[in-house]
Amino acid sequence: MSDARYEHFPHGADIGVRGLGASPAEAFEQAALALTAVITDPENVAAEDALEIHCEAPDLELLFVDFLNAVVYEMSARGMLFGRYRVRIDGGRLDAVAHGERVDVARHSPAVEVKGATFTCLRVAESPEGGWLAQCVVDV
Amino acid sequence: MDLHQLERESEHCWRIDPFGEMRVPGIVYGDEALVREMDDKVYEQVCNVATLPGIVRASCALPDAHWGYGFPIGGVAAFDPEIGGVVSAGGVGFDISCGVRTLHTGLTLDELEPKKKALADQLFRDIPAGVGSTGRIRLDDDEMDAMLEGGAQWAVDQGYGEPADLERVEERGRMAGAAPQHVSERARARQRDQMGTLGSGNHYLEIQHVAEIFDDDIASAFGLAEGAILATIHCGSRGLGHQIGTEYLREMTSAAAAFGIRLPDRELACAPIRSPIGEAYLGAMAAATNCALANRQIVTHLTRQAFARVLPSAKLTMLYDVSHNTCKPERHRVDSEEKLLYVHRKGATRALGPGHPNLPPGLSDVGQPVLVGGSMGTASYVLCGTVEAEHLSFSSSCHGAGRALSRHQAKRTWRGRQVVDDLAERGILVRSPSMQGVAEEAPGAYKDIHAVVEAAHRAGLSRKVAWLEPVVCIKG
Repeated sequence: MSDARYEHFPHGADIGVRGLGASPAEAFEQAALALTAVITDPENVAAEDALEIHCEAPDLELLFVDFLNAVVYEMSARGMLFGRYRVRIDGGRLDAVAHGERVDVARHSPAVEVKGATFTCLRVAESPEGGWLAQCVVDV
Repeated sequence: MDLHQLERESEHCWRIDPFGEMRVPGIVYGDEALVREMDDKVYEQVCNVATLPGIVRASCALPDAHWGYGFPIGGVAAFDPEIGGVVSAGGVGFDISCGVRTLHTGLTLDELEPKKKALADQLFRDIPAGVGSTGRIRLDDDEMDAMLEGGAQWAVDQGYGEPADLERVEERGRMAGAAPQHVSERARARQRDQMGTLGSGNHYLEIQHVAEIFDDDIASAFGLAEGAILATIHCGSRGLGHQIGTEYLREMTSAAAAFGIRLPDRELACAPIRSPIGEAYLGAMAAATNCALANRQIVTHLTRQAFARVLPSAKLTMLYDVSHNTCKPERHRVDSEEKLLYVHRKGATRALGPGHPNLPPGLSDVGQPVLVGGSMGTASYVLCGTVEAEHLSFSSSCHGAGRALSRHQAKRTWRGRQVVDDLAERGILVRSPSMQGVAEEAPGAYKDIHAVVEAAHRAGLSRKVAWLEPVVCIKG
């Protein structure tokens, strides 16, 4: 848990999100924080509401893209931002809870809207330093 | 891009001979410096597109090409349905029918100058921009269907603009073949309160002045004169288009294998044009195109209202409206035979030359205005379609400068407030809800648009007509 973190990586016109954690689920949680961090600082998003997300896919990489796209959808359709994620993965099934609040332009100063998660630089794998990595480019 | 991999056909045209599974050659347009600076990924993507079933003539990259998703951004490819041709959700992209609309204002720079600040503030108040902004129009299910079928024509019927506007929009403002039944509930939910909004990222509303004219005759036919003020809107199909792109990309990724299509890159996800999923996507994509056209029409209406409050003498009339991310059924000559092809333009502008039957009255002898957007601190261009672009690029030209630095790098290099202050010193007023967004879109993050346009002009893809400089920029 203590090593869990997220980061961004460059891509031509857009931006890559990467999560690192002890398990795939933790790497997914961190990558979702990286997704939020494209828009605003996740630390400034209050956990006022909780929302459930469920996805199923034939492999971990597609599950990862489906999960991020479900988050993008909830942000867009509900006008929300999420500052905390809890993910459980069981085979090809993912159950998550996202905690967040409605966008407040003055407080969150959102930089950009994410249109969708892509298959570009998509990878879910054990990282050489140990633990798991989940990453892809998001279109903004 | 390694120039040794390319055969130079002419000063501005480079060829990749087919190898491996490529069915047609790759063609890259640009001068030596532009092509050399293109990412290696562009080369890879041009070659990958050339392997797709039913592609005809060539897989093209335009002078502003950069690394995209499956297709390069600045890519053009046409597919013949009669020989198993495909449609690719990745080849259209997430922001379906994102495009540019430019309006005359009837004002000159001198007339605008005393009211410039007031106009910037009024536009910023009246036009929803940025993350979390919502439009004032809410559509119920029936209205949403009508909008998806009717596009800008629907918007004009609702009172947003004038029938004359439609003559200067591709497809006369309404893309045929829209199938709202193939637009998911999720796509509709994302659009519910986003009609008439600019969005964010590189989307903007700009007030520009004509800084220089390169072709007097065409400029005069387009109604452009030095010092004239124009208003340009750059936005797309908003959440609805993004969701359709997301869903069909995912579905086509899984479906491709069932059609025996081997994808060199998952992002190239595609399906035969003549297949249930191909047809469903084309119907949903046409609906998203109509959503983008309706959106730009509504933003036009809001822009007119803002002008009326600050500069009541202004009269905003259409120069033209082009879309950048599209797949359209069009008739083209291939091997001296006219065929119905599905032309993908990903980050590319359709550019019809003089005499083309789809041009509106008044432009048929001249050619189509090709609107090329720059960054907020640099120039934009108006070009004109050429006859020769038909055989060069299926009548397509460049769409913008393309990024030189990633958002990541831009954010580390510039501070939004400083960018705004620097531009203000140059007389360019920027209004944006997000200073970080401004930093990511700093003018220095973009390639030199002058070089891109010069290459498009010299390659014969379109002719230079006018160079526009920004005066006010509302940044999403």
